Amino acid sequence: MAEEVVLLDFWPSPFGMRLRIALAEKGIKYEYKEEDLQNKSELLLKMNPVHKKIPVLVHNKKPVCESLVAVQYIDEVWKDKCPLLPSHPYERALARFWADYIDKKIYDVGRKVWTTKGEEQEAARKEFIECLKLLESQLGDKPYFGGDTLGYVDVVLVPFYSWFDAYETYGNFSIEAECPKLVAWAKTCLERESVSKSLPDQKRVTEFISQLRKRIGVE
Amino acid sequence: MAEEVKLFKTWSSPYGLRAVWALKLKGIEYEAIDEDLANKSSQLLQYNPVHKKIPVLVHNGKPIAESLVIVEYIDETWKQNPILPQDPYERAMARFWAKFGDDKVLPSIWGWFTKQGKEQEELLQQATENLKFLEQQLEGKVFFGGEKIGLVDIALGFLANLICILEEVSGLELITKEKFPLLFGWMQNFAAIPMIKETFPPHEKMIPKYVALREKYLPPVVPPK
Repeated sequence: MAEEVVLLDFWPSPFGMRLRIALAEKGIKYEYKEEDLQNKSELLLKMNPVHKKIPVLVHNKKPVCESLVAVQYIDEVWKDKCPLLPSHPYERALARFWADYIDKKIYDVGRKVWTTKGEEQEAARKEFIECLKLLESQLGDKPYFGGDTLGYVDVVLVPFYSWFDAYETYGNFSIEAECPKLVAWAKTCLERESVSKSLPDQKRVTEFISQLRKRIGVE
Repeated sequence: MAEEVKLFKTWSSPYGLRAVWALKLKGIEYEAIDEDLANKSSQLLQYNPVHKKIPVLVHNGKPIAESLVIVEYIDETWKQNPILPQDPYERAMARFWAKFGDDKVLPSIWGWFTKQGKEQEELLQQATENLKFLEQQLEGKVFFGGEKIGLVDIALGFLANLICILEEVSGLELITKEKFPLLFGWMQNFAAIPMIKETFPPHEKMIPKYVALREKYLPPVVPPK
């Protein structure tokens, strides 16, 4: 049966990038649909009535929402190529634990770095660096969180690398100075086409954040 | 090899209950360690240094934290009485709704219980919308998992015990037979399963706990003399 895969997405979304990387790793052809989040399409609202958010993977007309759910779905449907989750249950549990940690922390704490000032921002910056350092410590000497090959945690975390310049610009700090191994890891990931083609240019994201800050009244 | 399974939890935590139900469903013997969260054991802090929370499952010395991660681990390690379906799309749906419970249902219900006035009205509306989505998911089914309990039942099952506690303490109604007939029926069916019923934290301990919690967030108004 001909597969029909559609991705409802928004170019700077780290959550959308996860799905782009996963689909690319598996060599899946799909139609990319850019959403205007200020003017959500009927299709998006129909495919994700619960959250009304991107990304949404639509596979043969059936929607899968929530990026971690969708990445696991992609891994399970197209299981013969480039497995993302490890095969051993304990390793899988660790991968899911760290993906959950990244989801609970990185976006929200990172957001405070570019939306707050003064003491609040200082606290956010400190917490953000602590989170990145903890993740960096999980890497150890491995090239990827997944070991020798790109895995689930790599796919979940690496999209945030495209936001590093934005965090650094507005947070006034250097992530590379604090977490050199993590930045090296991100660059290793970017050597893979699946990642380099899925992540937008950092400067473009910083410009987007600059516009967003104006719109939400931070500046 | 003899399996060694330990579960760090508390007497009342809904998250701990998820792990208990998954283990019981599979018929796995385990040692339960009830923590005092005001005085966490050094073992707990050693096994979950990142979050320092319960539940933590320790299987042959190796710790796993986060209740839904634990449930999936249990399902993948012990294959009898599967908790997740086989089909990838059904699995994605199960994970979606379990996550929805944690991300939306629980916070809105907690907000409804601990706020008052306009804020509470808004949270009641949110909670109601969230519960309507769950109601829809039960159409044509006994449990969220179908004929038998699955991941979503395990994830949301604590509602079958907690909702009536919250309603009793607050004097308010949230899930009634009239407003949510399927959800109401599901709570009853779930609570009636013997394996589940015997694990519910005792009513007589839950009431004072939640009375105290409510008073912490909504101090009783003392009428002026």
